[in-house]
Parts: sequence; C-alpha cells; structure tokens
Amino acid sequence: MPNLVCEQQEFMSDEAIHAFEQPRRRVHLRVKTYILILLMVLLNPVSNILLKKGMDQVGPMVSWAPSRVAAFFVHAFSTGTIWLAICCLMGFFVSYLLVLTWADYTFVQPSAALSNGLTAVLAYVILHEYISPIRWVGILCICGGVFVVGRTPPQTTEQL
Amino acid sequence: MCVSRAMKSVGEVTDFRPRSIVRVFARAMKVPWMWIGVAMMALGFFSLLGLLSIANVSFVYPASALSYVVGALGGKFFLGENVTKQRWAGVLLVALGVILVVVGKG
Repeated sequence: MPNLVCEQQEFMSDEAIHAFEQPRRRVHLRVKTYILILLMVLLNPVSNILLKKGMDQVGPMVSWAPSRVAAFFVHAFSTGTIWLAICCLMGFFVSYLLVLTWADYTFVQPSAALSNGLTAVLAYVILHEYISPIRWVGILCICGGVFVVGRTPPQTTEQL
Repeated sequence: MCVSRAMKSVGEVTDFRPRSIVRVFARAMKVPWMWIGVAMMALGFFSLLGLLSIANVSFVYPASALSYVVGALGGKFFLGENVTKQRWAGVLLVALGVILVVVGKG
C-alpha cells in the first residue's frame, strides 16, 4: 500500500499532494498534542503527590539554623521518593516545552488545568483527603472547559 | 507566553529521540524570549510567595486563576493565535473550575 501511494503521488501536482497530506498531518498533529498534554496532566500531580509523600518521610524542619537547614535538604535529597518526584517534574517540563513548539499556548494552558482536577482526585485516593461537592463541581467545570478547548485546532499560527 | 514564543521560534519538534530533544532545548536556550520567560516565571513564583504571606490561600489561588484569561488575551495579541469564541468559552469554564477547586478545599 505505501508503494502504491508513493507511485500515485509521482503523478500528482504539488497542490494535490499538499491537499492529500493535510488531513493526515492534522490527525498526526492532534495525536502528538494529546499525548504530550496527557503526559503533562499525569506527571504534574504525580510529582506533587510524591513530593508531599517524600517530605512527610523527611519530617518537618525543626530549626532555621544554617547547619540544620543544610542537613534537612541533604536528608530530603537522599530520599528516593523526592528524586522520583523531581524526575516526574522534569518530565512535565520537557513535555510542556515540546508541545509548545507547535501547539497554541491558548490550547495547552487550559488543557494543562486538568492536572488541578487530577491532583484533587489523587489526593483523595492516595492521601485520603476529603473532596467537597464544590471541588467536584470545579473538577467537572475544568473537564468541560478542556473538552470545549480540545474541540478547537491545536495550531492556528505559522512558526515564528 | 514568552516561553511559548521562544519554543515556536525553535520550530516544531518531529523527532522525539533523546538526542534530538536535547538539541531542541540547546537551541531554545539561545533564544532571548526563553530567558525572559524564565525570569517572568521566577518573578511570578516569588510574587505568589509574597502574596501568600499576607493573604489567604482562598483569595490568592482563585485570583491566580485569572492567569487563564490573561493567557488567552496574551495568546491572541502577543502570539497571534486565533482565539475563537469556543476557545474563550473553554478558557472561562476552566478558570471557573480552578476557582471552585481551590475554594472548595477551604
């Protein structure tokens, strides 16, 4: 099949090839945009939860004396959970920066707000925090807003 | 928005291998808009800390949800993006949702 497509394209004009490729490019663009946004939405709250769990393991800072503060951070950075959280956070930033190379900022920023809702749900499941009805309504509003934004094209500009 | 501008000037990433991604970031670090964006993020972070020291979380975080509206305006006028009514509706719904999530925690 790929060979047949290539052979057909040999006899097509540049405009026809462009028109042929456009729908495939649009689908490809949406797929990679959604994948990276999904990574952002998952990694940000996971890193927050891991940071919280890691700092719970470290315990509170009992003194602001410089030696105690240094010891506190050494202890924190010797915790595997903290490093896992840092890796997740780095993954979030990498995904965020990569998706911004083609997708609109006004598409990415609201979509990333899903992590607010996911953070609340993870806090409920993992940290057993209570989620009030107002928060549930807020989570639904975020999901609705992201759905509405997601129905628009991810890219409306040419490269700068 | 500045970071977005910087990444757009680097060009769309099509190769997701680690070496290519490192090259993309190396190119991005040479763009002034990236450094302006990082400085703005740092300024925003410290402003948030300062505001939290004098105001309640229940005020600060809902107020910071206004960033979605500012982002939409900036995207339209600074980045030249086509912010349709549909996208505006989604942005406002998300901002409302963020406010409710934070207020609901209080």
